Amino acid sequence: MAVQEVFTLDQVQKLSRNQLSWRAAQEIDEGLYVNLGIGLPTLCTNFIPADREVVLHSENGILGAGPNPPKGEEDRDLINASKEYITLVKGASVFVHSDAFAMIRGGHIDLALLGAFEVSAGGDLANWTTGDPKFPPGVGGAMDLAAGAKAVWALTQHVTKSGAPKIVNTCSYPLTSAGVVTKIFTDLAVIDVTDNGLLVREMVAGLSLDDLQTVTEPKLTAANDLKVLAPPAV
Amino acid sequence: MAINKIADDMVAALEGTKDGATVLVGGFGNAGLPNDLIHALIDQGATDLTVVANNAGSGTEGLAALFAAGRVRKIICSYPRAQRCDIFDALYKADKVELELNPQGTLSERMRAAGAGIPGFYTATGIGTELADGKEIRNFDGRDYVFETALKGDLALIAAYKGDRWGNLLYKRSQRNFGPVMAAAATVTVAQIRQQVELGDIDPDDVHTPGIYVDKLVFEDLEREWDV
Repeated sequence: MAVQEVFTLDQVQKLSRNQLSWRAAQEIDEGLYVNLGIGLPTLCTNFIPADREVVLHSENGILGAGPNPPKGEEDRDLINASKEYITLVKGASVFVHSDAFAMIRGGHIDLALLGAFEVSAGGDLANWTTGDPKFPPGVGGAMDLAAGAKAVWALTQHVTKSGAPKIVNTCSYPLTSAGVVTKIFTDLAVIDVTDNGLLVREMVAGLSLDDLQTVTEPKLTAANDLKVLAPPAV
Repeated sequence: MAINKIADDMVAALEGTKDGATVLVGGFGNAGLPNDLIHALIDQGATDLTVVANNAGSGTEGLAALFAAGRVRKIICSYPRAQRCDIFDALYKADKVELELNPQGTLSERMRAAGAGIPGFYTATGIGTELADGKEIRNFDGRDYVFETALKGDLALIAAYKGDRWGNLLYKRSQRNFGPVMAAAATVTVAQIRQQVELGDIDPDDVHTPGIYVDKLVFEDLEREWDV
């Protein structure tokens, strides 16, 4: 049997945005009520397996959000929290904003998938402002979801555009909520946030834990059953 | 005399709006925006306004036009970022408008509380963040919560689908968003509707905002496309 080839970081094939979202979507169990945040999480809508019933919640008062409509069939009164035109699935319901947030803040939403500027080793999430005074900050429903959902997963590129780690010892940006993220999906790995630190469950083909460690601040441990992160081309 | 909340003249419907008023403006994204009423408010002339809305406008019309006309002193919102939000951005960078950022659920709950006569409430949202700075924190059953106060409006401008002369409203899909909470949280609520129906035509089980919360109804211009 051939020895598996090991690549350096700039040689490995990172996941596309679609592939990253596809991988996270596979992890969502049937029967859950799930909120998908703006950006990468919203892409998951398209990748939840068709035979799996997952009820998608949108902050603007929708349970049972469906895929985007075909061009020409948009309803201008039917959008999601990302302000995209959507459809409703059978069994959907529509309600007032305060009820949408009572579901979140009252602990009724099983899972929130959120984008991240930074995630810390302890599961702190920073995703609402970089503190740049030239740009008005926008928090939206992120703090409600981070504090209120039963579980929070972060979806993010592994490093910033300039190559700096986004998984850090301590967030440098203002926090959205402390100690809430339990799972991180990146374009290089799937990582569990545990009481004993960050546990790498999957990595892209050819990447070594040492190489992944060079772009991750907190200490990483490989899971006993470490797998290759290999989504299909989607 | 029979109750009739239908107003023919949109600007006249807003005549009591004073300078310095707090105006709750419904809508989320492009759904449920009361654009006709916002432009009537520009024509009515009130200024030095505090606007409460989820977003801070985009494009050149609707809320963006109210900002461009220099009528807004302060906005309380959750998410001023949007594509084409350059009118607000420019005022913000020039320090010509005050921004109070609220988590979206806190914003909504502050208005719900106001409408229900609840002066304040505790929430876990925002704990451990800058948005809880300077606010009272109280621990219940081992968890910290931040105290937030009710948010009342002098005027609410909202958009609905159907309305009757008693002011009962039915919204369509995500047009509803903040409409019902804002209607209850303001002293005066004016709704723009697309269709007037007879009393009883909205099944009592389907009234989303009972007329008790609504003061005047005006008609949306169904032909007009807005740059928002």
